[in-house]
Order: sequence, then structure tokens, then C-alpha cells
Amino acid sequence: MEFVSHHAILVVSVVKIAVLLFIVLTALAYLTWFERKVVAHIQSRLGPVFTGPHGLLQPLADGLKFMFKEDVTPPGADRFVYVLAPLLSFSLAITALALIPFGPGTISILGQQKPLAIAHVSLGLLFLFAITSIGVYGVALAGWSSNSKYPLLGGLRSSAQMISYEVSLTLSVVGVLLMAGSFDFDSIIQSQSGRWLGFIPRWNLIPQIVGFLCYFTAALAETNRAPFDLPEAESELVAGFHTEYSSFKFAMFFMAEYANMITVSCLATVLFLGGWLSPLSSSWHWAWYLPSLLLILGGLATIVDGIWKMRGLARVILPFMGVVLIAVGLLCTRPGVIGVVQGPFWFLLKVFFLLFFYVWARGTLPRLRYDQLMDFGWKLLLPVALANLVITSLVVLLVNR
Amino acid sequence: MNGAGALDQVFFYFFAALAVIGIVGVVTRRNVIHSAIFLITALLATAGIFLQLQAEFLFAVQIILYVVGIMVLFIFAIMLVHQDVSLKQLRYSRQKWVAGVLGVILVAEFWFALDKGGSLFHPGAPISGGLQPNTEQVGQALFGGYMLPFEIASVLLLVAMVGAVVMAKRRI
Repeated sequence: MEFVSHHAILVVSVVKIAVLLFIVLTALAYLTWFERKVVAHIQSRLGPVFTGPHGLLQPLADGLKFMFKEDVTPPGADRFVYVLAPLLSFSLAITALALIPFGPGTISILGQQKPLAIAHVSLGLLFLFAITSIGVYGVALAGWSSNSKYPLLGGLRSSAQMISYEVSLTLSVVGVLLMAGSFDFDSIIQSQSGRWLGFIPRWNLIPQIVGFLCYFTAALAETNRAPFDLPEAESELVAGFHTEYSSFKFAMFFMAEYANMITVSCLATVLFLGGWLSPLSSSWHWAWYLPSLLLILGGLATIVDGIWKMRGLARVILPFMGVVLIAVGLLCTRPGVIGVVQGPFWFLLKVFFLLFFYVWARGTLPRLRYDQLMDFGWKLLLPVALANLVITSLVVLLVNR
Repeated sequence: MNGAGALDQVFFYFFAALAVIGIVGVVTRRNVIHSAIFLITALLATAGIFLQLQAEFLFAVQIILYVVGIMVLFIFAIMLVHQDVSLKQLRYSRQKWVAGVLGVILVAEFWFALDKGGSLFHPGAPISGGLQPNTEQVGQALFGGYMLPFEIASVLLLVAMVGAVVMAKRRI
């Protein structure tokens, strides 16, 4: 214990990193499950159902499969770069999440007051862009080092796409920066507190709706998601830049894509949707019990579903999960916990909402052609983002006068 | 503040060594992509030195512009080049002796400078408090005192951009 008390900062940081890693990796795994389920229901299918109740063990099965598959390196591949690319993609995608503040203020761990983010950086947004933008190399180098035609073309396509949309992505965010006057995530969120007309929350979404739409579109393209998933267009390029990758190296690209989705959604939440601010008035005390209410209702639904609809082992597992959910829900009503839970609850709810939009877009929109993609990025998105920037700066100047 | 803290020095020498190794790698690698990766490493190490000197804005800009913006274009071009030709070419061309003499002169110059003014150098010592808040100061300098050079530079870049488009496209 002496070590812990002497190196409290170190220990707390390591604990925070471990907790976040655990949560993020689990979330990544279940995001794939969620996506498969949602897309399946959009297409009138059921999605994974056989592995565990509602296919809930599917991510675990996928993970095991990735680990035990043979790891093939194509002949003539550049070994060093071939191994470097997935590592780069994955580690950068995970690192970016360290900057996201999940809740307000500080919590006390081991007697230390710590913010609800791993790293509180005053230039948060710039750092985040710096980290995420290096991710291009993962894709480009993977395409090159595989020594194969399809990956090379996929890598070329995606690096061109990511560079093109990076411009619009960055420009669409500058409007928010002008309104907040800071790069710091906490100040950006704080600048969105308060209400218009007493009930509309002052989120940047409303004055910056153009910026938000630009950001969301550019973010879809940045993360190589449908309808901008040209780098891995199955019908044209087999699987794009990761065609030659197998086993865990492939899994790393896969996880990097989902981690990037989460990062981009978190960033949209911070910049446009008021971060961890509640949309409800702070004078409504019942709103504090919403997290518990949601968890308890979810738990009850799980129990009912498990007992009436399932058979076999699932009849035990699902009610057990339900009981756990209800217990967590009841824990969230405790006086010490209820205050801490509010910020992360609203934050995660908004992120979940955005992730659903992501999946919805994939289930709905057809893939663009390459020339359409470039036309859209440079001839529509960039001018709109620029116009938004000019108008915002004009308004900010006139208001602050 | 005159001297640097021990931790500052450790970081400074670490990043400096990384930058030097990176640059040596750029020149000695046969494979062009490997050279590019070494160059990226060197640029990242330089960004690390900026960060250690408390110039956070420069750190972020160095990564966003140089490490990503410019180097991706390099890699993009190299990916389209046939590797076989460059692998067979001579790595060092015939100016070996000229380069050697120039190198010796450069080292002698550094030696002389460090010998005469070495006490004024404090490797890894950040400027005390002079750079905060970093972003605001850079912005005020660019749009205040250095407004004209800044605008001239941006016009120059625009001209280069238009020129590149005109040269690349035969019929506009």
C-alpha cells in the first residue's frame, strides 16, 4: 500500500487507463453485434441469433476466431511495414479516446481529485485531430506493404479520400471553436450550458446545424464507413486495403474502424450536442433518476424476455443479466453515486444515438462512385463548410462588439 | 530559468536522438517507403521537442501539417512508383568527396559554436512562462505584427496551387 500512496498519480492514471480500455474494448465488440442486429432488422433479417441468447456471445466467438486463425503473410510483402500498419491504426484509434471528457468536474480516487478523462489537455481538440489524422498511415501503408493489386488500389483510394475529407472535417469544427473561444473540451461544453427561451438547450447544434451536418458527413468519410466505404468496396476491390490481412492483424483494422466511429461520435457529442450537459432543466429533480429508471426498465424487460421467450440455458442467463441491471440501477440512486452518474449517462446516451445514426446510414444509403465522392467532397462540402465559417465569424464579431 | 530540469533533459535527448536516427535512416535506406517512414519518425520526434519546449500549438501543427498533410502526399506518390528501379540504383552518387568535405566543415562549425557559446545553450530548457497561452500568442503574432508577411505567404501558396492545377490540366 505504501507504493500506492507514494505514487498516487501514477497508480490512478494506470487504473483509469485500464478501466477505459476495458470499457472501450467491450463496447467495440458489442458495437459490431449492435450493427449487425440493426442492419439485419433494417433488411428484414434477424442477424446473429445462435451464439447465446439474441446472439449476445457472437462478439466473443468472433474474437476467439480471430485469435486462432492462421496468420498469413503474403509472399513479397514488406514484413516490417506489414506488421506496423495494423498496430498503428489500432493504437492511434484507441489513444484518441484518452482525451474525451465523459463527465463534468472531478471524482475522487484514492484521495486524488481526478477529471473524468484520462488526459485533460488544454489544446484538446488540436491534439485529437493530430492523433486521429496519423491514422491515414495505417491504411496507406497496409495497402502498399501487402504487395498485391487490390490492397494497393484500396490504400490509394482511401488515403486520397481521407485527406480530402479531413479538410472539410477540420473546417466544419472551426465554427464551434469561434463560439467557444477555446480548444479545451471542458470550456467548449461549458459554453453550451444555459437555455434559449427557457427550454431549448443552448447546444451548438442549433446555431451550427450546417457545421454539424458537414462534420457528420465528413466523419462518415473519414472513418471509411458506408456510404463512403470505397476503400473496402467489396464488389470492386475484394476488401480494399486489408484484403491480405488475416487473423488478429485483420481484427486490429476492424477494431480500429469501430474505435474511430466511437471517437468521432464522442467528438460530435462534445462539440455540437453539449457533451455531458443534460437536455432537461436542472430544477426537475426527478430527471436525476432517469439513469436508474432506464436500467431498471431494461432489466425488467430482459427478465421477462428471458423467462417467457427463451428456452434452455438462455432462460437462466437473461434473467440473471436482468437482475444485474436492476442492481446497477438501484446503485445509481444512492446519494454518493447519483451525482457522478448524471454526466456520463447523458454523454453516453448521445454517443449511442449518433452511433445508431451511423449504422442507420449504412443500412440505408448506397455506396457512392469514386468521382461522385471527390466531387461531393471538394465541390459541395468544402464550400459549404467555408461559408459556414465565414458567416459564423461575422456573427461572432458582431455579437461580441 | 537557466537550467533545465532532469526530466526535461531526458525528454529532450530522447527526442533529439530519435530525430537524428530518423534522419540517418532517411538517407541510408534503399527502400523509398522505409525512408519516408524514417522521415515521419524524425518529424514526430521534432514535434516531441516542440511539446517539451511548451510550444503545444507548434506540436499539433507540426503533426497535422507535416507528419500527415505533406508526408501522406509523399507516400501517395511513392506508392505509384515502381520499386524495382530504385532498389538497383546506386545509393550514394559520385559527390562523395564534396559531401565529406562539407560535412567536416559543418561539424567543425558546430564544434566552434559550442566551444565559444556553449554556456549560453541550455538544451531542453523551456522558456519560462513566455509562451502561455500558446495558441493565442501565435494567432496574435500572425495577425498583428506579421500580418503582411503572412498574407504574402498565403497569396504565394494560392499562386502555387493555381499554377499546379493549370500545369496538370491541359484543357481548362
